[in-house]
Amino acid sequence: MYGAMTLVLTLAFRNLFHDRVRLVATVVGIVFSIILVTVQLGVFLSFERMVTTMIDHAQADFWIVPSETKSFEESSFLTGSERLQALSISGVTAAVPVLVGYASWRKPNGGASTPVLVIGTPDASIGLQPWNVVEGSLRDLSMPEGVAIDRSYFEQLGIAQIGEHAEINNHKARVVAVTKGIRSFTTTPHVFASLERARAYLGAPPNKANFFIVRISPNADAELIRSRLASSLSGAEVLTSEQFRHRTRQFWLYDTGAGAALLGSAILGIIVGTIIVAQTLYSSTKDHLKEFATLRAIGSSYKYILKVILSQALLSAVIGFSIAAAIDLVLVEMTADAALPIIMTPALTLGLFMLTVTMCSIAAISAIRVVTRIDPVLVFAQ
Amino acid sequence: MTTNMIAATDIVKILGDGAGRIEALKGINLSLAGGELTLLMGPSGSGKTTLLSVLGCMLSPTSGTVQIRGRSTTGLDSEELAGLRRDNVGFVFQSYHLFPTLTAAENVRLVLDVRGDRSPGTRLKAVAALATVGLSHKAHAFPRELSGGEQQRVAIARAIVGDASVILADEPTAALDSENGHAVMTVLAEIAKDPARALFIVTHDPRIMPFADRILRIEDGRIVSDQPGGGHIRAVRALKYAS
Repeated sequence: MYGAMTLVLTLAFRNLFHDRVRLVATVVGIVFSIILVTVQLGVFLSFERMVTTMIDHAQADFWIVPSETKSFEESSFLTGSERLQALSISGVTAAVPVLVGYASWRKPNGGASTPVLVIGTPDASIGLQPWNVVEGSLRDLSMPEGVAIDRSYFEQLGIAQIGEHAEINNHKARVVAVTKGIRSFTTTPHVFASLERARAYLGAPPNKANFFIVRISPNADAELIRSRLASSLSGAEVLTSEQFRHRTRQFWLYDTGAGAALLGSAILGIIVGTIIVAQTLYSSTKDHLKEFATLRAIGSSYKYILKVILSQALLSAVIGFSIAAAIDLVLVEMTADAALPIIMTPALTLGLFMLTVTMCSIAAISAIRVVTRIDPVLVFAQ
Repeated sequence: MTTNMIAATDIVKILGDGAGRIEALKGINLSLAGGELTLLMGPSGSGKTTLLSVLGCMLSPTSGTVQIRGRSTTGLDSEELAGLRRDNVGFVFQSYHLFPTLTAAENVRLVLDVRGDRSPGTRLKAVAALATVGLSHKAHAFPRELSGGEQQRVAIARAIVGDASVILADEPTAALDSENGHAVMTVLAEIAKDPARALFIVTHDPRIMPFADRILRIEDGRIVSDQPGGGHIRAVRALKYAS
């Protein structure tokens, strides 16, 4: 047979709902705080993923990059000799050049210019090719002036449909392939072109490239090849995809301060939420001081009273988090097609719940400090 | 044969310090026997509430000893004192101090809950305690739905549900009209018949004197008289009270 449920939860629940105005203030505080934190962390996650999108979609065992390269978007030129040096090492099956550079896109019919990031790779099945092609064909990139852009940038680039012309750095371009979902984390659209077209658009000298994507045979000793390759190169580094991702994230998230700003806002949200919850819990505890003194008078331990206060805090956390999570889901849906969508993962959701619980528990400290000073003699005061 | 439930020896209690220093109790000696209803009467500021607080283990005496069922309170910290209250002392307050968000039965069961007793029988015990004070039919009522007298009877049920050996009541009838005051005192007098329980009431209300087995008077921190009350003719005097 089951025992009677403790009255701790009953007391906490009814204390909480007894004063609806205060409950609303508490919940609003938590919801505001959690949404702010979710948006900041969701954007942070999104940013973290998007800055490495190109690296993620390249079929690379290694990357040869100029020394001190900071990111995929920010690099100088390699000399070009690195390709032959790579191919001379046993086990290397390919070294595919990649050109990356900013250029000016002039809209059709003499419209205004907008900056774009041109990415050029050879017409090959390996390396870095646009993905999610929804119109046209990758093969068409080998056509004269052929470029691929994402549908989400049509308006920004002044394009209405596939086949339209524009200019990149005063060279003709024609949209021959359209992708879906290849979004830049900045406002600068990506434009894919063949290596030769990109070289023309960017004015890159022959043979030079920003990166070489290195492929090795399946049974080769990757670490041995990487070590040999690294020692044979000067002015260049050999990175695994994970190392390149890490470096790119480091640059965009931390060196530019963007990630710190997002995390800073998230921390601010936590602080604001904690203060609001602390204030309402504190005033609620002050209002129920006589009841806590009565509890103490009838012999309750401090532990029992703390359980009541913490239960109030945790109930507030659950209610506030549930509402915030529902609003967050709507925000995630609404920003799905944005340049920087808010991402919610199961881990982030769990983390946010734990954060809410922690925030409310910390907020309970001020209330707990009040009850630990309760003098049970208070019950005789009236 | 009666047993001492609580014994206070040479109790001195000094409150405040410096210019605000008050010697509230000046060498109180007192014992309360089971099955006895004792009244403590005295003017305001005479030390009634301070003595009640010391006997109820809420205040520690400056000097002297308090023993509850033979266990000394000397040297106990606040948690240990709370434990002693939890197991041995029931309180009835002037303002009832019921929890407004709990029903009558839950208010009563709270005493068992703070003891960690969550056995299936606690609900029945709470209802039985309410039945003792004539309120089993109000078990699910919230305090706001009860009259002052009914609230005080719920408070009495809360004081007795844990089989406390000492029940300390602070002006239990002060907030009640004479009819409700009589009802409450009738219940308390009935409870006081239990030889395993001592009942100690601090009061200004002379109408409840007929219910007492023993009447103490306190003045200026000292017990100045200790007289037998009319407990043996309670029923008769109680009728006079009612009239």
